Amino acid sequence: MISKKNMRLVTILAAIVLGMFAFGFALVPIYNSLCKTLGINGKTNATAIAYDPNKVKVAVDREVTVEFITTNNAGLSWPFYPKTRKIKIHPGKMATLVFYAENNTDHLMTVQAIPSVTPGIAAKYLKKTECFCFARQTLNAHEAMDMPLLFHLDPALPDEIKTITLAYTLFDVTSHT
Amino acid sequence: MSETLVHGDEHEAHGPEQGKGILGFIKRWLFTTNHKDIGTLYLLIALASFFLAGAMALLIRVELFQPGHRFVDPNLFNQMTTFHGLIMLFGVVMPAFTGLANWQIPMMIGAPDMALPRLNNWSFWILPFAFSLLLSTLFHKGGGPNFGWTMYAPLSTTYAPPSTDFMIFSVHMLGISSIMGSINIIATILNMRAPGMTMMKMPIFVWTWLITAFLLIAIMPVLAGAVTMMLADRHFGTSFFEAAGGGDPILFQHIFWFFGHPEVYVLILPAFGVISEIIPTFSRKPLFGYSFMVYATVSIALMSFIVWVHHMFTTGVPLGAELFFMYTTMLIAVPTGIKVFNWVATMFKGAMTFETPMLFAAAFVFLFTIGGFTGLMLALVPADYQYQDTYFVVGHFHYVLVPGVIFSLLGAVYYWLPKWTGHMYNEALGKWHFWLSAISVNITFFPMHFLGLAGMPRRIPDYALQFTNFNVIISIGAFVFGFSQLLFLVNVIKTIRGGKKATARVWEGAHGLEWTLPSPPPYHSFVTPPKID
Repeated sequence: MISKKNMRLVTILAAIVLGMFAFGFALVPIYNSLCKTLGINGKTNATAIAYDPNKVKVAVDREVTVEFITTNNAGLSWPFYPKTRKIKIHPGKMATLVFYAENNTDHLMTVQAIPSVTPGIAAKYLKKTECFCFARQTLNAHEAMDMPLLFHLDPALPDEIKTITLAYTLFDVTSHT
Repeated sequence: MSETLVHGDEHEAHGPEQGKGILGFIKRWLFTTNHKDIGTLYLLIALASFFLAGAMALLIRVELFQPGHRFVDPNLFNQMTTFHGLIMLFGVVMPAFTGLANWQIPMMIGAPDMALPRLNNWSFWILPFAFSLLLSTLFHKGGGPNFGWTMYAPLSTTYAPPSTDFMIFSVHMLGISSIMGSINIIATILNMRAPGMTMMKMPIFVWTWLITAFLLIAIMPVLAGAVTMMLADRHFGTSFFEAAGGGDPILFQHIFWFFGHPEVYVLILPAFGVISEIIPTFSRKPLFGYSFMVYATVSIALMSFIVWVHHMFTTGVPLGAELFFMYTTMLIAVPTGIKVFNWVATMFKGAMTFETPMLFAAAFVFLFTIGGFTGLMLALVPADYQYQDTYFVVGHFHYVLVPGVIFSLLGAVYYWLPKWTGHMYNEALGKWHFWLSAISVNITFFPMHFLGLAGMPRRIPDYALQFTNFNVIISIGAFVFGFSQLLFLVNVIKTIRGGKKATARVWEGAHGLEWTLPSPPPYHSFVTPPKID
């Protein structure tokens, strides 16, 4: 019924369609690895980076202000805030912070904090050795917790960056667990 | 571009086979594989959708006539902006151009029918089901999709009404329909041309459709993938677009606009083709720079894949990316400029007459260019930070889509309707339609630029008091424009039912194979391939 010429062409075109459908999904890992390699999506490292005080040279002549912001995602009403809102540190020096979170509901809940850095370009210079955002946190009803954050700034941080804002958004992921 | 010397006499002319009664009528249209029948069906569904989506726009304008919550509930307002966009795109412009392709491409390249007639039937008959599914959501509990046609996550995932799943499947069906339609068009153009009709002799409308069809098969699967990810996020516990699970809502925008930007060229390229047919006819000169037109179309299509981030300059993309996408976007102005230049050069020193199709084409050249210029303004990153998500953007894309794409469609219908029906349309009514549309379209969309520059955000059912005057003007313009289209409807119906007999050539300056056929053309045309000079 369909001529050979048409059949051949339709097969090629159908293959392009299937290929593009697959490409749509392939875009997910492509974007992820591109953003990660180039450090352009404002996200910080999701697993710990070891801090070796002997290897990192502290830039004592520079000081960078780091501000901390917390937000609850929609539907969550926990008290969640940084105990220190603003610090000044030398790049290369380790800083230790504490974030407070309290489950003020009557049931067990699991949350996940997602970091974001402004300006986005600073994200890849902000290196965390420990962070409550590396894993989900489960708190019992009315349980409170001090959550640690240990990080240092890479001394390679561009000179024009004087202030960095590190924002955490807390997501309720109880239903995902 | 091509002239026939002689073409073989048609076989015994016979019309469609139709059984008795209503069942026979339904069967004739439901099972038809004739390109002219299917073209008509596409055009009719587009015409109906045009009035439906237009009515939705008028509902939006009623609400915005005055500040404050006046007539419709904000959720309904949001549904109207969503549906107006979705239906105008998938229900009006794309089916209308596919209808034109079905009618015209076989006649223009001297083919007896489309390459895959049964696939053609299927491509069309998916549409009514897809639209029923889509429109049914308006009556669901919780309302229909209300997040805009761009379906940004998380509005379309976490916060969307349950009916969104119906929209997702409807988009899948629309995608399948237009992919099959495109495969058919490519196969027809590549394999069914009459002997002697080389690629560079093809009418420019056929060329633009060939490129559009390739764009469609490249991008519709990506859209299908994007909405499938939405579906998975909504129901299967994945986190493609959810930050809490390691995903990223911005990813949706990247994938969507990878589809979305080439999509706007899917809408405009066939319009370029139509205009490139109409202007030479009424200027009585061949198209200026035919091969440049072809290459410009190809380069616009290729470049459309590397500009998508200009829709998301304010999402925090790095400076390097902003610069890259700003320059590539501005680069598209070059081939587009070539096209505009060639249209003007075609008219230059031509023996021009201004019948209705030419009026629409001339207005297209002028008004589309205004939309192109505002597009160039939006391409500038520093300026885009101010214009982003304001009425300036609404003004910009309506200028390229209404006096651009819609005018080209109206012009195309006036241009080819005498050929299709065998009757001349009413020229006086056509001129009234044109002048009312051309004036009111500017009253409607021009003030939107001022509102945008003054800071009025888009997609919100209320606005600050100082925007009232311009909004009143816009709403009045919109109603004049909307009701002027009824003249078009009347004219089309009258022409179908009767009128002055049209000659085979119809227009004095018309060239091309379709004009060598009688008006209306026989049900099966070019059964013997024509000879081409």
